[in-house]
Amino acid sequence: MTDNVQSVGLPDERPPANTVGPIAWLRNNLFNSWYNAILTVLVLGLLASAIPPFANWLLIRAHGFDATSTVCRQDAGGACWGFISEKLRFIMFGMFPWDEQWRPLVTIGVFIALLVASCDRRFWKPWFGLVWAAGLALVAILMWGGVFGLTYVENTLWGGLPLTIILSVIGLAVAFPVSILLALGRRSNMPAVKVLCVTYIELIRGVPLISLLFMASVMLPLFLPNGVSIDKLLRAQIAFIMFAAAYMAEAIRGGLQAIPKGQYEAADGLGLGYWQKMRKIILPQALAVAIPPLVNTFISFFKDTSLVIIIGLYDLLGTAKAALSDPSWRGFYREAYLFIGVIYWIFCFSMSKYSQKLERDLNRGHRR
Amino acid sequence: MATETRTTQGAPPPGGISFSLSDPTFRAIVYQILVVGAVVLVGWFLISNTLDNLARRSIATGYDFLGREAAFGIGESLIDYSPKDSYGRAFLVGVLNTLKVSIIGVLLATIIGTVIGVARLSSNWLIAKLASTYVEIIRNIPPLLQLFFWYALVSDGLPPVRQALNPIPGVFLSQRGLRVPTPAPDPVWANMGIALLVAIVAAWGVSRWARARQARTGQPFPAGWTGLGLIVGLPVLTWLAGGAPLAMDVPKLTGFNFTGGAAISPEFFAILTGLTLYTAAFIAEVVRSGIKAVNWGQTEAARALGLPGSPTLRLVILPQALRVIVPPLTSQYLNLTKNSSLALAIGYPDLVSIANTTLNQTGQAIEGVTMIMGTYLVISLSISIFMNWYNKRIALVER
Repeated sequence: MTDNVQSVGLPDERPPANTVGPIAWLRNNLFNSWYNAILTVLVLGLLASAIPPFANWLLIRAHGFDATSTVCRQDAGGACWGFISEKLRFIMFGMFPWDEQWRPLVTIGVFIALLVASCDRRFWKPWFGLVWAAGLALVAILMWGGVFGLTYVENTLWGGLPLTIILSVIGLAVAFPVSILLALGRRSNMPAVKVLCVTYIELIRGVPLISLLFMASVMLPLFLPNGVSIDKLLRAQIAFIMFAAAYMAEAIRGGLQAIPKGQYEAADGLGLGYWQKMRKIILPQALAVAIPPLVNTFISFFKDTSLVIIIGLYDLLGTAKAALSDPSWRGFYREAYLFIGVIYWIFCFSMSKYSQKLERDLNRGHRR
Repeated sequence: MATETRTTQGAPPPGGISFSLSDPTFRAIVYQILVVGAVVLVGWFLISNTLDNLARRSIATGYDFLGREAAFGIGESLIDYSPKDSYGRAFLVGVLNTLKVSIIGVLLATIIGTVIGVARLSSNWLIAKLASTYVEIIRNIPPLLQLFFWYALVSDGLPPVRQALNPIPGVFLSQRGLRVPTPAPDPVWANMGIALLVAIVAAWGVSRWARARQARTGQPFPAGWTGLGLIVGLPVLTWLAGGAPLAMDVPKLTGFNFTGGAAISPEFFAILTGLTLYTAAFIAEVVRSGIKAVNWGQTEAARALGLPGSPTLRLVILPQALRVIVPPLTSQYLNLTKNSSLALAIGYPDLVSIANTTLNQTGQAIEGVTMIMGTYLVISLSISIFMNWYNKRIALVER
């Protein structure tokens, strides 16, 4: 009686062509309703009209890295990459002495190595602070020189990418401890301390960075005793530190607020004093929560260093603009801005991707 | 001993404060006196240095210079201004220019940001990818670089005035910016403005009445459509009643520049475009996270209750999304306003740029910087107060 029962299964029927494969993907993702179909066609038309001229300018009709400005001006339909190769070292290193420009190059390398290493959570140990200190000392030796047979270079000659990185990284490093104190002060029970910290944070966050840079460049000399003067770079650095401290304090306050009250009470119950409680119980947890917003603060801070051009320093944007003022290369702003835009973008985009990854990793522990 | 002092913590002995450092109340007072004392000392040190330096350089302090003749021209102004006017009036011109670019920028950035934020959530793969590409590119490039790019695009990339591009009849694009025709002066335009105001008040009244009636009788009234009809219809009717004037003031090339019509300067174009596109990328993220924060179950529950599509969005999704959106949106508005100070770098006469000229001419550095900071603080505080009020209105009423 087993004749009626088929013991071997039929080969699987292939699914209909319109439910799997590229056609189904198109149907589901581009043409799933009449208005999406219209939008898709419109966007495709837009892309078709925008991409070929751009590709044409960027690559096909572009002049190579050996082109001179006269050649480029004769045929203006393509990008002139000769501008970049001609001005590359000026844009990257500013007015640093030509023969010594390996020093800022190594500086950039040191900073990138430090930043990349800092992304690895295995290095989040106290001894890594010493590595940073050693790295910064190495940077100072490389940039200033004057020891180990390196010629002395005044910091008025610094410029380009090293200046951008120095302003943002040093600003962050100095502002970080200040911002912890500000955040703790804002959460303090002592009214006078609280009022002072809230006033400082809200005052700085309420005004644009430009006004702080102005204050540093025109008012700081008036604040100092007669005969004492500080140079332009240090003044800008002070403005950045004041600015960063207020914004980072708010990021850290967010972390402090995320710590449940029980943690404070448990620390009190163990008989810990205020500083012991903060250092051993509260801050390690609060800072871990605050790291993603701190990275975001650092990204906007990195972009904001471009404002030093207003008080006459030559960071990456400043050198690019100065390169454009060379009469024989005037008008090649598209190439210049595209080039430094890509540099800024690589830094900021990788940092924002890292902060997103970190946020996911750190949340993993809280999700049950 | 140590344990003994700790056990007395938190409970001051009866009879007031003991003057010992192990009493937390007394200790807090000592700390605060120390901190305030240190701040006062540093402040006194800075102020005495400043006064000393000012006396040495014989700079008079005070705001008397605001009444003096400014003697510099300003490219664009919302009020009458000539170099013969005072520094005070020049500063007012700057404040108005800052407000102009901030208000228009906030409106445009909100619209563009909302569209892009919704587009990132679109079921259309191409549109979602395009929107996220836009956000990722714009957010990670310094706004100042973007401003320089837009400014160079207009002042370097466009032809000189005599070879101005003329894409639509009457509209001219050149290095001097955009020139568009404006309606010729006619009393009807003022009347249309009045009609618009009347219509807005009437629409508000209708919506209040409709809400009260629905609460009383349960019958809905299409208040939205009525309001729209009033706001569009009343000015159009006024225009028709005024004889429907069509005469336009078309810009003409005379000599080296255009006359007639309205102009958008390259500086204004650059700062507005740069700020709007930059802030829109951030607003898009705010809008996207706000919409994603509303659980899909809310939509399903609304459907189950029988609400159709539009009321679902208006009465269920948006009120909850706005609660998430408004606080970060406020800080984006504040950022845009503060970033408008970048105008200085491309020569748009905002308040920072005019204060900068003033302090260079008069040497009144402290007064100039305090005026910039004071004005921005007032603007920032006003925006936060307004947005906090709005936030409170839409916040969750917990029972």
